[in-house]
Formats: sequence, C-alpha cells, structure tokens
Amino acid sequence: MPVGPIPCLKWGSSVTESVITCRNVSKVFGPNPARHLADLRANPALSQSGYVHAVRDVNLDVQRGEMLVVMGLSGSGKSTLVRCLSRLVEITGGTVTIEGQDIATLSEPALIDLRRRKMGMVFQSFGLLPNRTVLDNVAFPLEMRGQDRATRYARARDMLDLVGLSGRETYFPRELSGGQQQRVGIARSLAVEPDIWFLDEPFSALDPLIRREMQDEFLRLKAMMNKTIIFITHDFDEALRLADRIAIMKDGRIEQCDTPDQIVLHPATDYVAKFTAEIDRARVVHIGSLVQPLTAPVTGDPVAANRTIRELARQLVSDPRSHIPVAGPDGRVIGAVLRQTALDVLLGDGH
Amino acid sequence: MAATARHATTARLILALAVGLVLVKSLLPAGLIRPPEWLVMPFADWINGVFYFLQNDLGLMTLTRAFSDVVEWLLDVTANLLYGKNRWPNLGPIPWGVIAVTAFMAGYALKGWRLAALSGGTFVWIALMGQWQWAMETLSVIVVAAPFSVTLGLVLGVLAWRSASFERVLNPILNIAQSLPHFAYMIPVVVFIGVGPKAGAIVTIIFSVPPMIRMTLLGLKKVPEEVIEAGKMSGATRWQLLTRARIPTARAEILIGVNQVIMQCLAMVVLASFIGMPGLGQKLLQLLQALKIGLSVEIGVTIVLLAVTLDRLSKAWALRLPEHGHPSPLWLQRHRLLVIWLALCALAFALAHFFPCFLEVERKQALSVAKPIDALMDQVIRLIAPVTAWLRWFLITWVLIPMRDAYLWLPFTAVLSLLAAIGWAIGGLRSAAICVAYFGLIAMSGWWDRAMITVYMVTISVALAALIGLPLGIWAARNTTRAARVLLVCDTAQTFPSFIYLIPVIMLFGVNDVAVVAAVVVFAAVPIVRYTVEGLQNVPPELIEAANMSGATRRQLLWHVRLPMALPTMLVGANQSVMFSLFMVIIAAFIGTQDLGQEMQRALSSTDVGKGLVLGLAVAFMGLMTDHLILRWSEGRKRTLGI
Repeated sequence: MPVGPIPCLKWGSSVTESVITCRNVSKVFGPNPARHLADLRANPALSQSGYVHAVRDVNLDVQRGEMLVVMGLSGSGKSTLVRCLSRLVEITGGTVTIEGQDIATLSEPALIDLRRRKMGMVFQSFGLLPNRTVLDNVAFPLEMRGQDRATRYARARDMLDLVGLSGRETYFPRELSGGQQQRVGIARSLAVEPDIWFLDEPFSALDPLIRREMQDEFLRLKAMMNKTIIFITHDFDEALRLADRIAIMKDGRIEQCDTPDQIVLHPATDYVAKFTAEIDRARVVHIGSLVQPLTAPVTGDPVAANRTIRELARQLVSDPRSHIPVAGPDGRVIGAVLRQTALDVLLGDGH
Repeated sequence: MAATARHATTARLILALAVGLVLVKSLLPAGLIRPPEWLVMPFADWINGVFYFLQNDLGLMTLTRAFSDVVEWLLDVTANLLYGKNRWPNLGPIPWGVIAVTAFMAGYALKGWRLAALSGGTFVWIALMGQWQWAMETLSVIVVAAPFSVTLGLVLGVLAWRSASFERVLNPILNIAQSLPHFAYMIPVVVFIGVGPKAGAIVTIIFSVPPMIRMTLLGLKKVPEEVIEAGKMSGATRWQLLTRARIPTARAEILIGVNQVIMQCLAMVVLASFIGMPGLGQKLLQLLQALKIGLSVEIGVTIVLLAVTLDRLSKAWALRLPEHGHPSPLWLQRHRLLVIWLALCALAFALAHFFPCFLEVERKQALSVAKPIDALMDQVIRLIAPVTAWLRWFLITWVLIPMRDAYLWLPFTAVLSLLAAIGWAIGGLRSAAICVAYFGLIAMSGWWDRAMITVYMVTISVALAALIGLPLGIWAARNTTRAARVLLVCDTAQTFPSFIYLIPVIMLFGVNDVAVVAAVVVFAAVPIVRYTVEGLQNVPPELIEAANMSGATRRQLLWHVRLPMALPTMLVGANQSVMFSLFMVIIAAFIGTQDLGQEMQRALSSTDVGKGLVLGLAVAFMGLMTDHLILRWSEGRKRTLGI
C-alpha cells in the first residue's frame, strides 16, 4: 500500500472511531467450508473443485460517518463481503466486529435486534415484496419491530416524502419504474433510522440516465444524515463520484483501500492502475491531497483544500506563484502545493 | 458420445435376445413364457396383513373414524346450506338465485363481464335444468374437501421446504401417489370409512393433496433471494419471514396449487359415485348404464360448465396482479362491489320468499331438453351408423383383437428384455434396471395377462392419439392466433373430468373396446396437441430467422429446425398422454374391459385392499416407468441442444 499523506476525507476533522472492523475475514462456499479453509491455510496453492473462495483474508476498518465504496468486477466477492458484514452469510474465518461486538457470536434474537435497530440495506434488484403496496413495503421493517399501524404509516409516509414518492403510497411495486422501485427500496432501508447503511449495487439495474439522477439523489440524502455507509458497485466512475474511500476487490481480496485521490494518484497494483489509466485525474484529485508541509513562507490568498484540480484549472495556469498556499475548512493555511505538480495532474503528465 | 455408442451396442444385444426369445417361443419352457408359480408373490396378502394390523391392532380405525366424523359434520352443514338437508344449522337451502348472483359477482370482481356471465350462467343453467340438488350434492363435497387439501398441502409443502430429508422421503411417495389410478385410492378408504358422501369426501381430500404440496414447494423455492435478504435485513424472525415474505411472494404458485386441488376434487368427486357418493357423478353413472343419452348429455354439460367455471374462477384469482386503487373517503365507494352483491342477494332472497320457483326448480318444471336431444341423437346416430359400425368392425377385427392376441402371445421374458433394451438405449444400465424392476414386479404380482391388456390398450390409444395430435398440433402452430385458439380449447378440454369423455363415445360406439379406445384417444390427444403447439411456438425466433436466411423451405424449416428444437417439450406431452391414457383405461373399465381396471372394480366391490393396491401399483409402475424413460430421453435431448 502506498504511504501517501494521511487520507484527508474531511480536511481538518479527524474521526477515528471504527464502526465496522474486519479481521482476516474469509468466506468459502462448498460442502465443508471450514475444513477447506484449514486445508488452504496449510497449502495456499490448493484448488479443489466444488469450493469457491469468495472472500479471502479481508481486513477493513470503517469509520463512523464514513462512506466506503467497495468496487470490483462481477465475481470479485464484493457482494459476498457485504453479506458477511450484515451476516446474511456466515463467515468461514476471521471476525467481523460491529461497534465492538463480534457479530458471529450473536444469537438469532440478538442478530435480529441488531438489524432492527442499526442496519438498513438496499438491493440490486430491489427485493420488494410484490404483494404489498409501496407504503406497506416501506413500513415492513417497522411492522417487524411490532410498531403500531399509525406510527409506522406516519414514518413510512415521511420516508416516501424524502425520496420523492409521495402520492404513490397505494401503488404496487410492479406498477413503478425501476428507478421508482429503488426509491422505495431506499425508503424502506432508511425507515428504521439505521446507523449503518448497506447498499448492494443499488443503481446497477437502472439505465444510465436514471442512474445519474439516482446518484445525485443519493448524494443529497447522504448529506442530510450522518450514517456509516458501505456501498457496493462495479462502476469505477460511480465509486469515484460517491466515495470517501474506495476498496478495490479482485478474486476475494482487497487490492487497495484508499481515498479516490490516492487511488488515482498512486495505484497500488497493476490491476488498480488499469482502472485509473483512463480516468481524468484532474476531476478526481483535490488540491488538498497534493499539499506539502510549508518549507518557506508563502504569499497571497490560499485556495480551499476541497476543490479539485479541474475546478482550479484557470487559476493554476495563470497563477505566477510556484508554491500555492492551501487552506483547510477553517480557513487556516495547512500547507502549500507545488504549482508544477498540480499542472502535471491537470495535463495528465507525470504518471 | 462414446458412452452413447456403447449404450447403443449393449441395447442392440439385449434387443437381439428379446427377438430370439420370441422366435424360439415354441421351444421355451413354460416358466419363460409366463411368470412361474414360484415367482408370484402374495403381495396382496401382505398388504392385507399390514392393513389388518393398522386397522385392528394399532387402532388406527378410531383415529380415522374421528377424522371422518369431523368431515361428516362439515358435510352436513354444507349440505344443509346448499340443498337443505335436514341437519344443523337448519337454515338452508340457500335459494339458487343467491348462489348464482354470488358466482356472477365473483367472476366480475376477478376478471370482468365475460367470466361473470360464465359463472353466473352456469348456476342458472343448473337450476333451470332441474339438476340443482345433484349439483349441490357434488359441490358440498368440494366445498369441504378443497380447504382440507389446501391446508394439508400447504403444511406438508412448507415442511418439505424446511427439511431436505423430509422432501427426499416425500418425493417418491408423491410420484407414486400421482400415478396411482383413482380407484386405488377408493378401496382403502372404503375399508376404513365405508361408503357414502363421507368416504367420497375423504378420498377426494387424499387424492387432491399431492399437487398442492408440489406447488407450495415450487413456489417457496422460487422466492427471489433478495426478497428474503430484504426481509432478514428488516429484522424479520423466521416465522415472520415465512408468513409475511415467503408465502405471500409465492402467492401465484400456491394459488395455482389451489386451482389444481379444486380440479382434482371435481374429477374425484364425480368418480366417487362408485363408492356411493351421491351427486352429478352418480346420476351420470346410472344414466350411462341405462343408456339414457339425452339426460347424460345434460349432466355432462353441467359437469363441463362447472369444471370450466371453477377452473377459470380460481385461475383468475391466482393470476390476478395487484393494482393500486384510488382510496376514496366514502365507504360506499370503496366497497361498491360488496354493496351490489349484498343488494342482489337480498333481491334473490326476496324472490325466493315470494315465488317458490326461485327457491328450487322442480324436476317437472325444469326446462330439460333431454327428449329433443334423444331424438336428435337418434337421427345423427342412424345417419352415421354405417360409418361407426364399419369402424367398429374394422378396429375390432383387424386392429384390436390381433394386437391384443399378439401382446398376450409374447413371452414375458421377451417383454422384459425388450424393455431392458429400450432402457439401456436411453439411459444405460440404471434405466434398464429401473424398467426391468418395475415390470418384474408386475410379473411377480401374478397379474401379467391383465397388465398386458392394459398395456395394449394404452399403446394403441397413444399411437392413435399421436397420429391425430401431431399433425393437428403442427397445423395449429402455423399461425399465432390459431395456436392461441387451439391452446384455449386444449386447456378447456383438460379441465373436464375424465368421466365426461365417455358420454360421446358410448353414444357413438356403444359399450365395447372401441368405445374405450376412442375415449382414451381423445383424452390422450389433448396433451399431445397442446405440447406440440407450445414446443413449436417457443422455438427461438433467431433460429427461424437464421434458417430462413439460409434459404430453408417451410418443410426443411419444420423438419430440421422446429421439430428437433420442440422435441423436448413434445416429449412432456407424450408423457402426460401416457399417464392420461392409463387413468382413462382404468376408469373405462366399467363399460367393459378385461384389463387391470376390471379387476380393480371387482376389488372395489369386494373391498379387497390388498388386491386393489397391488393392481393400482401395477398401473402406477407402468406410468412411472414411462415417466422415467421419457424424462431421461428429453433430458438427453435438452443437453445435446443446450437448452
């Protein structure tokens, strides 16, 4: 892994409380997974038919309020990984800890309670109940908790309002378009006010225009609430657009887990480099991630750390200074950027 | 490929053995021509022993009696409501108008005007024809039996879905249960329960459970994984998941199961007349035996209308897709249909109160058209008598009798070798062993000759059915509208209880083997037509376009592209066709055959459980063997075609 500057998701703020922790998580599908995993530990080159090693030794820490995007092509194990985190599948090896609690040890009632209070999940093909109205679908998790009808309908109506589906309460899922169905899925997953929000390729089944619209909608929702989000996608552009951090998976392993800036600036492996090769880095990289400590006094107005190189293009080209000061969110100068480095990123040189 | 070639060689060797056995028949010892005495096992006595133990020593009798008492009580309630039998709650009979109006409104609510007209019209017809009492006797059993079957099937289906080992045990039982002829069910029921409506209801319940189990299991397995995961993430417990996510999502399959239960119930209730079940079936049986054609046609029409109505209503319910309503603040507006229904019911009650003919149409007032039908039929029959007489003579002397004699002449060892050869050619050693085991058991049962007669009737009927059905299916599949129409006819024909098919053939041919074969041919041709049309219609259009662009003529297209692609589907039709003919041959026994069916009728009248079950299992084994062979063949074809 590259040792770049500290991931500067929210320049200045330093959140370090880990909500989800994975240690050496492995998932093997097959007739006797535990045995196969033990065999693999003894002989890593072993390949046995009938077994699929979907997730291999994944280590991951997800911070509170962070949005982690897990990106990988189909068969890379990303969907299995998110199901390990929510214990929709039982993990074969390692531990998954949620808020300090090892979820593998939870009893069934405790697990159900955890899901009822803390988790929400959105699915690729929506997973809506076809026989229930939109309103009843959104109220479903509340119904499972045993809330009375009036409360849960009131809450469900609020949720539908939030995703812009008011007036469709009595519709059935099959009467809605794909984008609308996914809005219902999102409303349902948010109904219990979860702390942890899983989204498993939520926009992959939608056509490109709707997908873009739903991404904007998602960013709007995300800005409104402070949730820990695990978002799965196979679309690298989507990942760059939405993520605080991206974990790129291949063959069940995490190839690299870092901020979008760092991934496009310093891809850790050739596999990651293949994804970043065609990306316009200037649109992704924020000036803040190029900052170096001050060595000499700087002059003039600083630029804000959270602006992309593309946004600053005009200024970068015309600025006479060789070192441009950069300010954090509080307006204090946190360092300077070498103009040449920024121009290299803008013009696609250097790497 | 190498394996297939090896199979073919072995199969040819065994076939040569079979031919050899036939050729040297006169030299064979008697023990190779008919199963020798020492090979025949007293299966019937063993079964009787088990039943005696269950019945007397285990005290199962008290349990079945208790269950049948509950059923009887429910039957009395429905009988009182539907046709005014003098039992608690003594409210009935409900006037026929009320029931007709209810059926009408149910049809309207489920599908619209046309279904409303059909279902309402059916009950009006029944009332006007003076058949109300009989039809209600039949219906009262269905009303009690169907909910029992549905509940039982649902519970067993859920259990089979929960536990794989239970499913493994249940599967072969269901396979056998679904290939046992109707009569085989009746005999044990007669032993445990006796005869009459109660026994009829119970045999109907048992007979109609298997499809419900199958459909429940299928539906639960088909629920999308994401729906279940969504339920789990919503914090549903296992029970909540089952009752609020899994079962509702499997609604369509489960309701198709309900539809099948209702249709099976109707088919069985009509046949249960053989064990003293009153109603339409019993009347039809009496009238047919007395050769009163006009009246039997009327009852036949009633049964057909009832079957189609029940089928369409339950199917409309199953296939109904939910649709959002516009919630109106007015109670009256939201419950419009309910209010109309109540108003119409009140009207019908009032009419019945003031005019007795709206309570019940008596026989003498009925608009029976039996006399004109009789006269018309007489004319028609006289007109075509030369044709039917010639056909009857030709078929009996030149086809049926020679074939029957040939089948009976064959040494049983030759038959077994032939089956082994076919089995080996299709599925290797395993299939060959299965074929020999099934027919070996039949040989050991001691009913070889009777079984051969059944086999001969089925083979000739299926062959004739294919001769008619294949060209018809190919013709129908040539354009889409025609195909849709033919499929509708086939679907409708398949809802008729098998008994109905006997009416026209007895009219035309009288009571003999030709009538039986004719009935079976018609009954067995329906699935062949249906699946031929479906198979040909479902050939991927790209393939047809590719063939057209390669310059294929219509004939080349049919022979080289469409038929080979449709073959696996057509084989399903052939399979059903064989099953249907087996059932029909056995039912037709009461108009005079000398096969297993006749013996089964005897076993029924002497309540010989052992004999009845042995005969029933013999029929089931024939069906299961064909099923296995055709399934293996079709799987092989599918694999080759990559579908």
